[in-house]
Amino acid sequence: MSDNTYGDRLAIREALQQFGRLNQAVSDLSDEADLFAAGFTSHATVNVMLAIEDALGIEFPDELLNRSTFVSIDALAHAVGMSRGER
Amino acid sequence: MSSPEPTWSALRQRLLADGVLAELGEPGMFALGSRFTAVFEALDALYVRTFANLDAEVWRFPPVEPKSVFEKTDYVASFPQLTGSLSVFTGGTAEHAELLKTRASGEDWEGHLEPAGLMMSPAACHPLYAILTGTLPAGGRRFDILGSCFRHEPSPDPMRMQTFRMHEFVHAGNADSAMEHRDETAPRLAAMLDSLGLEVDYVPANDPFFGRTGRIMAASQREAALKYEIVTHVYGPDVAPTAIGSANYHNDHFGTAFGIFDADGDVAHTACLGLGMERTVIALFARHGMDPELWPADVRAVLWAVHG
Ligand SMILES: [Zn+2]
Repeated sequence: MSDNTYGDRLAIREALQQFGRLNQAVSDLSDEADLFAAGFTSHATVNVMLAIEDALGIEFPDELLNRSTFVSIDALAHAVGMSRGER
Repeated sequence: MSSPEPTWSALRQRLLADGVLAELGEPGMFALGSRFTAVFEALDALYVRTFANLDAEVWRFPPVEPKSVFEKTDYVASFPQLTGSLSVFTGGTAEHAELLKTRASGEDWEGHLEPAGLMMSPAACHPLYAILTGTLPAGGRRFDILGSCFRHEPSPDPMRMQTFRMHEFVHAGNADSAMEHRDETAPRLAAMLDSLGLEVDYVPANDPFFGRTGRIMAASQREAALKYEIVTHVYGPDVAPTAIGSANYHNDHFGTAFGIFDADGDVAHTACLGLGMERTVIALFARHGMDPELWPADVRAVLWAVHG
């Protein structure tokens, strides 16, 4: 875990709140909660990804552009770390 | 080293030389001759006979759709590269004079036109959902939609026109009935095309979603096995086959976007079976030759038997 992780998770939650079109409030979701079970769709993942990239000044590499990257807030935070070249 | 002939070149030459098609002067824009039209009508009638059991309601739509409908489908988010809109002249005498000045100077004058709020329909079934807002009867509804589609992918390949017609059998119902519609109709369409000598395959597919974000869409479409295509080899076994039909389960995408509900009050699920009419007709000419009078007797019997 990097020091960025709190800020990353805030930015991810904000992007989900604004563009996720989830069927419940993001504040009610744990970091591990399945986002697709909360109504996340592939159409919405696109907007969420762009918002996260914009907020954090990163770009997800091509190999992360799949469904498993978007399955939870944890998975997204991990992907953000990978995009920065962290592990 | 001379560059090899494009794969579509020979077929295109034959179609033009025999008057099956004529060129209109832009890539992917063709006039359709009487041989083409005779096959088109026979194929269309066969398709309707094949799915007569669905007892589908017939609806026809204009080739353009209101922007409000286009917005709800999310099409421009996924396929900006294929999108086309209509522009119109809204000015007065002064603006007309400006337009004529630009035109006389030989420059493009379309910049003097304004967006009309009308979009070229990219898929035959999209405008249908706009008239389904509300609640479906128990068992859902089935539709027969023949419509003009526009996709901006200019190409000299006669199998890739910019405007073409799709004939679809669409179902709106619940998840089970939509999936069943797709999986029951697609093998019958494949069998129909096989009976015309096209040797088709039924394969998982994804739409050509645009850009980086499109990779997510394409991956999740394949992961969820939402789309299948019926493909045939038009340019020989060494060239990738071309899709002439598709079978799509849309999940609740259109149900949510257009406010369509099933009889139980849940968001409706939809599915469609689509036959690319121009592509299938050209695949038949490619397979059997430029003169339908000389096509194999069994193929002619399937296409024209009921017409004597
Ligand atoms: Zn459709």
